[in-house]
Amino acid sequence: MPTVELLFSAQPEHVRTARLVAAAVARRAGVDEAALDEVRLAVGEACSRAVGLHRSNGVEAPVRVMLNEDEKKFSIEVADEVPGNASGGSPDAGADDAADDEGEMGLAVISGLVDDVEVIEGAAGGVIRMSWPTPAV
Amino acid sequence: MDLSLSTRTVGDRTIVEVGGEIDVYTAPKLREQLVELVNDGSYHLVVDMEGVDFLDSTGLGVLVGGLKRVRAHEGSLRLVCNQERILKIFRITGLTKVFPIHTSVDEAVAATD
Repeated sequence: MPTVELLFSAQPEHVRTARLVAAAVARRAGVDEAALDEVRLAVGEACSRAVGLHRSNGVEAPVRVMLNEDEKKFSIEVADEVPGNASGGSPDAGADDAADDEGEMGLAVISGLVDDVEVIEGAAGGVIRMSWPTPAV
Repeated sequence: MDLSLSTRTVGDRTIVEVGGEIDVYTAPKLREQLVELVNDGSYHLVVDMEGVDFLDSTGLGVLVGGLKRVRAHEGSLRLVCNQERILKIFRITGLTKVFPIHTSVDEAVAATD
């Protein structure tokens, strides 16, 4: 079970809440103070992307954020429920080009910010997994 | 914190003072403001970001959109920012090459290309 799990309806106004919760848990986990801005931004980007995907695909399910405090690292997973978004996008691409572009820009920011990041696309949806080192206890 | 926006003019420049957080929720308000200014004939914009606490890629997208609009009228969009955490986002996305970034509003107002 994750240390903290957050489910929120795919509305832009809740992304800020996710950022605040993630930063608070990261701070508690011992993530370096200087990296907290990165955590905040990366989680915001991942959640914005998930919200955009849910909305443009008419998915009513909530976006899921899992915050895990391990011995040596603090990891975050942001999961959407839009299947197979790896590349090429959905067949109805075109109408939502702008949203797709923003999602891609978000991914670019995440990969620029976070050293340890993994994007997993599955049949049930996508997951962005990121982690930051924490001091050994 | 929500987004705050105010505008004023200095000569032929329009200063847009932005405060708070620019993210997926608030960025549309900034977009509307920039679109409105351009529609009203303000083509030389200075976006003062000194009061911005948070900026994400949605906000970057809005700024790029603003730049595109003013350029269509041979205008300019300059940014004022001294905050390292905000500048970092421009750097990792390569947008420091796209936007002139100034350290003060006075400098941005005085600048010509």
